[in-house]
Amino acid sequence: MMNFWGFSIAEARVIDYDKNDKSLAEMLAEEMPTTRLCIGCGGCSATCTAGNLTEFNIRKLQMLLKRGETKDLRDQLHKCMLCGKCLLVCPRGVDTRKMILFLFRQLSEQDHNS
Amino acid sequence: MYYDPFVLPFTLGLNILLIYLIIKYARWIRTFSTEDRQTIRRNIFTLKTWKAGKEVFLESLVHHKIFRINPFLGYMHLCFGLGWFLLIVIGKIESLVYHTSIFNPPYFAIFFRYFHPAKETFPGSNVFAFFMDLILLMILSGLLLAWLKRLYSKALGLKRTTRHRPFDLLILTVLWLIFPLRFLAESFTSGLRGGGSFLTHTAGDFFNSFLPIEQLSYPAWWAYSSALGLFFLLLPFSRYMHIPTEIVYIFLKNWEVRQGKHFSGISQFQLYSCSRCGICIDRCQLGSSLGMTDTQPVYFLKKLRHGKEHSILVDNCLMCGRCEAACPVDLRLNALRLTQRQEDIRITKSTYEYIRPAAAKTTAKVAYFAGCMGHLTPGVIRSMQSIFHKAGVDYTFIDEGGSICCGRPMMLSGNHHTAAIIQEKNKASLEASGAELLVTSCPICYKTFKEDYRLDMQVLHHTEYLDILLREGALHPHCSDITTVFHNPCELGRGCQVYTAPEHILQTISHRIATAYEGKDALCCGGSLANLHISPQQRLQLAEDALNAYAAYRPDVLVTACPLCKKTFSQPGSSLPVQDIAELVDGQC
Ligand code: SF4
Ligand code: SF4
Ligand code: SF4
Ligand code: SF4
Repeated sequence: MMNFWGFSIAEARVIDYDKNDKSLAEMLAEEMPTTRLCIGCGGCSATCTAGNLTEFNIRKLQMLLKRGETKDLRDQLHKCMLCGKCLLVCPRGVDTRKMILFLFRQLSEQDHNS
Repeated sequence: MYYDPFVLPFTLGLNILLIYLIIKYARWIRTFSTEDRQTIRRNIFTLKTWKAGKEVFLESLVHHKIFRINPFLGYMHLCFGLGWFLLIVIGKIESLVYHTSIFNPPYFAIFFRYFHPAKETFPGSNVFAFFMDLILLMILSGLLLAWLKRLYSKALGLKRTTRHRPFDLLILTVLWLIFPLRFLAESFTSGLRGGGSFLTHTAGDFFNSFLPIEQLSYPAWWAYSSALGLFFLLLPFSRYMHIPTEIVYIFLKNWEVRQGKHFSGISQFQLYSCSRCGICIDRCQLGSSLGMTDTQPVYFLKKLRHGKEHSILVDNCLMCGRCEAACPVDLRLNALRLTQRQEDIRITKSTYEYIRPAAAKTTAKVAYFAGCMGHLTPGVIRSMQSIFHKAGVDYTFIDEGGSICCGRPMMLSGNHHTAAIIQEKNKASLEASGAELLVTSCPICYKTFKEDYRLDMQVLHHTEYLDILLREGALHPHCSDITTVFHNPCELGRGCQVYTAPEHILQTISHRIATAYEGKDALCCGGSLANLHISPQQRLQLAEDALNAYAAYRPDVLVTACPLCKKTFSQPGSSLPVQDIAELVDGQC
């Protein structure tokens, strides 16, 4: 990258949703139908025990997952302490805690297989 | 020498069974940890062994706990347990009095009527005969009830009775045949040669009037012996394995061998001690509210024992402890289920680095900890602060700026390793306060603080603390005719045995209505984090049903002592107000 004027130009970040791997999201929607009910209100993130202490946003992770972007999920999910508060505040009845456990199990299975 | 080939099935069966049991138990005991062995060694020559003996008598023979559930059901179990035991013991004494040698073979006492020439009397022979008949009658009456239970379980106080495998039904039939066969064999012999007493003698004469008992008597003894032998051979593979195993388990339990986090030798003993009595079935709200009738301990333990698929059952339990509180064998059902939950979270050292010790050292002796759930019910926190103020207590609020999780929810998901790391972090910040007494509002925190944290300060739940304040006169309640019903949270009541403190508080500050759900019988609100299977909608159903059960007593307020319970009960949108006990105390003082 040319750095002639002391500035650099960020590499173009293109997210091609059509090419993303949505298999995990599809599996989740299949196994846990309540996760389809999320309206992205952010109630879960607002009350989140971990989210109040560090960079961790469970609403955002859900959204990214649905788009097939699972990198953040891998990096962040284990910060959750499974306290269950998100489950208690969700106005839509999304089974967030069970969803997180399900994702833990899936991720550790994927790690195991690779 | 008293011998006849018909004793062979019995003798063979008994010996094979004994050898099998000794090998099996020895293998389980060999897997005990060093600490467990030390505990056993420390306790074996103490009163605890005596206590265990007493418990074996009361539980395995008299079955006194089952009497509490239903007298008929208790009597049925007593007939089989105590009845059979007495038949063996009195039979043995009878045979000793007659024969006087301790070393007469076991079968001699069992088949005494066959070997003993009836005309030959010995000291007390009539009394013995009378008692043996009486006991046999008692067992036969129990058998009648058992038949009844199969046909119509409600008559014996059980809504549902356990569903059994075909194999279990086979051995059940064999067991049910044993005593009628003994009755027939003894009656035929008595009709033929005399002897016996009011039951067998009368029956013998009666049978003699229309049956060729001369041809029937000897085969009847064969049949009786074969039924016994077959029962002994089938026993290890059936639920009746609980008969010998429960006795060993009661001793191990009294010697304080504990069910740890992992499946171990003591878990094996528990697994095989379940008698499949089915008492846990009716206690479970997953069954009564959600119609889930396959997840109760009786079925879970059965699947586990027979190596059948049970992954959903492992997750599908509120760990409310209602079944455990009623289990007549006193199995550690929650801990057993937890051993089957897998560690599936892999974390690294840096994962929880974001948690920093928060509390700073203060001079206050009392530290208040709301818990992460506690922050969902700010009203409770405000009440506690106001109460501290009213009582003039100098305190520090450890997690005022928000708290991390206590780690118990993580533990309940089976991830003990991860939970331990969270707990370490939390412990550091609790102890950094330097307080002497820790008061928490959350029963979930309370349980793990007491059981796992090993804190160097005293821990109380706010219920206990408020009770102390009231008793010491630090708070001044005004008279009130408000009526209350108490919902004891699972983790506080059955989990930490806190029963009297809330009762006393409510009696002092309100008109407490007693319900069918007192103490160990409290319901679960449905919010339990231990259930990893049910959906939020199903939780709502559980909460609604529990609320309705309490609302039937028409209290002004439903009082609880857990932020999770309060939050869960507030969801179904019922008209019954729900308050935490701290809020009530604050309002009344
Ligand atoms: S609280 Fe519920 S609906 Fe709102 S963002 Fe979280 S999961 Fe979605
Ligand atoms: S369970 Fe996890 S995501 Fe939900 S509030 Fe607790 S820490 Fe946050
Ligand atoms: S777990 Fe306990 S209550 Fe349930 S069937 Fe077994 S012995 Fe009976
Ligand atoms: S602990 Fe509660 S939910 Fe679990 S099986 Fe027992 S009664 Fe049912």
